[in-house]
Amino acid sequence: MSEQPPKRSGIAIWLPLALFGAFFALVIWGLYRPADREVASAFIGKPLPQFNLPAATKERPGLTTAAMTTGKPRLLNVFASWCVPCAVEAPQLEALRQQGVEIDGVAIRDRKADLDRFLATYGNPFARIGKDDLSEVQLGIGSSGVPETFVIDGKGVIRHQHIGEIRPEDVPMILEKLKEAQS
Amino acid sequence: MIAEIGLAVLWMAAALAVLQLFAGFSALRPGGKALAGVVRPLAVMQGVLVAISFLALIDLFLETDLSVKLVAANSHSMKPFIFKLAGTWGNHEGSMLLWITIMAVSGGVVALVEKRLREDTLIATLAGQAFVSLGFYAFLLLSSNPFERLPEPAPEGQGLNPLLQDIGLAFHPPTLYVGYVGLSVAFSFAIGALITRDVGPAFARAMRPWVLGAWIFLTVGITAGSYWAYYTLGWGGWWFWDPVENASLMPWLAATALLHSCSVLASRNALRAWTVMLGVIAFSMSMVGTFLVRSGILTSVHAFAVDPERGSFILALLAIYIGGALALFGIRASTVTEGERFSLFSREASLVFNNVMLCGILGIVLLGTLYPLMTEAFGAKVSVGPPYFNPVSAIFAIPMMLMMGVGPLLRWRKDKPSRITAMVAVPALLVALVLLAIVLMFPSIRVLPMLGIAVGAGLAVASWLPLKGRNLRRTPLSVWGMVVAHCGLGVALLGAASESAFSTERLAAMNVGDTQSVGPIALKLEKIEPVAGPNWTAIEATVSASYKGGGAVTLHPQARTFTSPPGERTESALYTRWNGQLYAVLGNEGDDGRWQMRFWWKPFVPLLWLGGLLVAFGGLLALIGRVAQDVKRLRVGDKIAFRKTRQDMLK
Repeated sequence: MSEQPPKRSGIAIWLPLALFGAFFALVIWGLYRPADREVASAFIGKPLPQFNLPAATKERPGLTTAAMTTGKPRLLNVFASWCVPCAVEAPQLEALRQQGVEIDGVAIRDRKADLDRFLATYGNPFARIGKDDLSEVQLGIGSSGVPETFVIDGKGVIRHQHIGEIRPEDVPMILEKLKEAQS
Repeated sequence: MIAEIGLAVLWMAAALAVLQLFAGFSALRPGGKALAGVVRPLAVMQGVLVAISFLALIDLFLETDLSVKLVAANSHSMKPFIFKLAGTWGNHEGSMLLWITIMAVSGGVVALVEKRLREDTLIATLAGQAFVSLGFYAFLLLSSNPFERLPEPAPEGQGLNPLLQDIGLAFHPPTLYVGYVGLSVAFSFAIGALITRDVGPAFARAMRPWVLGAWIFLTVGITAGSYWAYYTLGWGGWWFWDPVENASLMPWLAATALLHSCSVLASRNALRAWTVMLGVIAFSMSMVGTFLVRSGILTSVHAFAVDPERGSFILALLAIYIGGALALFGIRASTVTEGERFSLFSREASLVFNNVMLCGILGIVLLGTLYPLMTEAFGAKVSVGPPYFNPVSAIFAIPMMLMMGVGPLLRWRKDKPSRITAMVAVPALLVALVLLAIVLMFPSIRVLPMLGIAVGAGLAVASWLPLKGRNLRRTPLSVWGMVVAHCGLGVALLGAASESAFSTERLAAMNVGDTQSVGPIALKLEKIEPVAGPNWTAIEATVSASYKGGGAVTLHPQARTFTSPPGERTESALYTRWNGQLYAVLGNEGDDGRWQMRFWWKPFVPLLWLGGLLVAFGGLLALIGRVAQDVKRLRVGDKIAFRKTRQDMLK
């Protein structure tokens, strides 16, 4: 047996490069595809972890687990001033607030000045805003990006996770989930 | 001041790398000989400067200089010394600096000690090394400067997260890094040899210690990582075919194949193109693995440090280096002349067979890892797990391990089957007997674990046969290394198969005072009480366990609740005996006040990690043997050269 046939065929030599090209095309597609990763969260039905976040802005108090277990369902919005989709969903959050929904916010890796500017520009529908610079609470509730919105029932149990911005057509669904959490 | 020095020195090193690249390539052109002399000193100097830069960063972390952004974000003045030290590379910027440091220092060592290789090939290698490192310099200096100062010093660091203060987490990543980067040296050698069309035994001998070294670190890294996953994840499993695990396995498979084909090239001058190709593939797999882990392109249980932007950067580097190297291979491979021929029944042929098997496993692991992404491109979501990986990799692994028992007994070039039949008969008989015994005693056992136990036992014994008929004192260390490493693989397989075949599990709801049993172990739940740690509280169970009525030991499995950062984790408790391990996990309290407890008895599972360490130890023996041999040869060569010059002078 010889190592290779004496005359190497032209195609075999270029095969590794061709395979690499295919790999490259695949991961380029994977890297820039629209972020759609709907995986059912393992945190649904779990109580919120115990946390105590300091206030992210002077205008609102910080966020604790105790403050979120009031017996009434509410929304927990994970956002950041540097996140464009968060600005997109601001009118929907405001609309929800006007319908009597209580919304708490967790600001991820944010600066106070930027946050104040964001709230001044896009409105401030939040009752409380906690400051989460190390994404601790974010990871603790199974959120991997911004924005995400959680429906929390009156006992502090996570009932629903909405990944990505809340679009106008999502508002009825969110209200429905809040209603379900009531029961 | 230290930070500024570190940064300045790093820029200078990058500048030297640019010089090294251009001087190297100019020296290879006709008429560029004048520049040939500067390439080695440039590589050494570059290594020294980067090492100074890394030492500066270590110093900043040890001093906890809070005016440096990286230190403020990742360290804390109250951290124990060892974690301050490990904090240096426990973040993106620091780990990139570590990567470049290992790369530049290795380049410097190559420039200092490598004397066997043709000078133009060495220069091409160093130029290639400079080219690869420049991409990482650009990444570090332009987008992730580790020495950046804060406008005003932070009052205290933010890195006192006890969750991350784990000795395993501190040293596991750099171990794998050393392995990955060591393969970059092999890659540069392959590029150098392709450029100067000098693929031969000298090239293989120069490359071999680097491949061996990298391979040892990868072996240790994977073994330790597997044990870490086993005791922290609390599922009782030790390998999950998770993308992050596969990312570390693929370079190991490629490096193993490279190691063996390198040996063939070094001693027999065969498998030339194949060795070069594997040199490129091994480092490609390191970069592909790094990319898959860092970019977050695949969903993984380990995915927490992902950043698409960094992913894009690594992908760009991947395209330049790997695409470039494969293109170079395509252009040059036809000029790599065929090496020595060998017969179908020879040691070379057995090594080729196993190389193909290793590449087969590599291929199916890569395919399985990327498959979810591929199907998603066509609109379907699937996940690929053990039901695919285990049997499909066994198709390649089992013939490979059988061949491992026979191959080392064969002679180079050509051999006769009749010469080794008597020797092979012993382990072959053992495999058959073990198989028969298992079938008779445990008829319900599945096929794969059954084959695993038989083949593992056979290999563990057969691996010692190459020592037969040798004077043990005069047997080269590299042969001992091979024997130990092959035996280690057999032992590891035995442990893994035994775990999979004979593990017994007991899930029980227990009150305090209740007794249970799992396998040969009798258990009693003594008490349940709350305990508290620095940033967690836990419910801790005290369980007493006794093996076959012997003395009792106590275990303390916990269910921990962390406060900062919030989270929950089970802390499993282990009781290790020579012939197995008890694995205990505490679950939730049921509505009736009883506690969910989970126990496993895993016979012989410690052999799995013992085997992994044996494999690495075998590699270490071989490395020491090879380096000692090289040093001896170098000395003899120097002596001959010295005598020759003296004779010339006398004339």
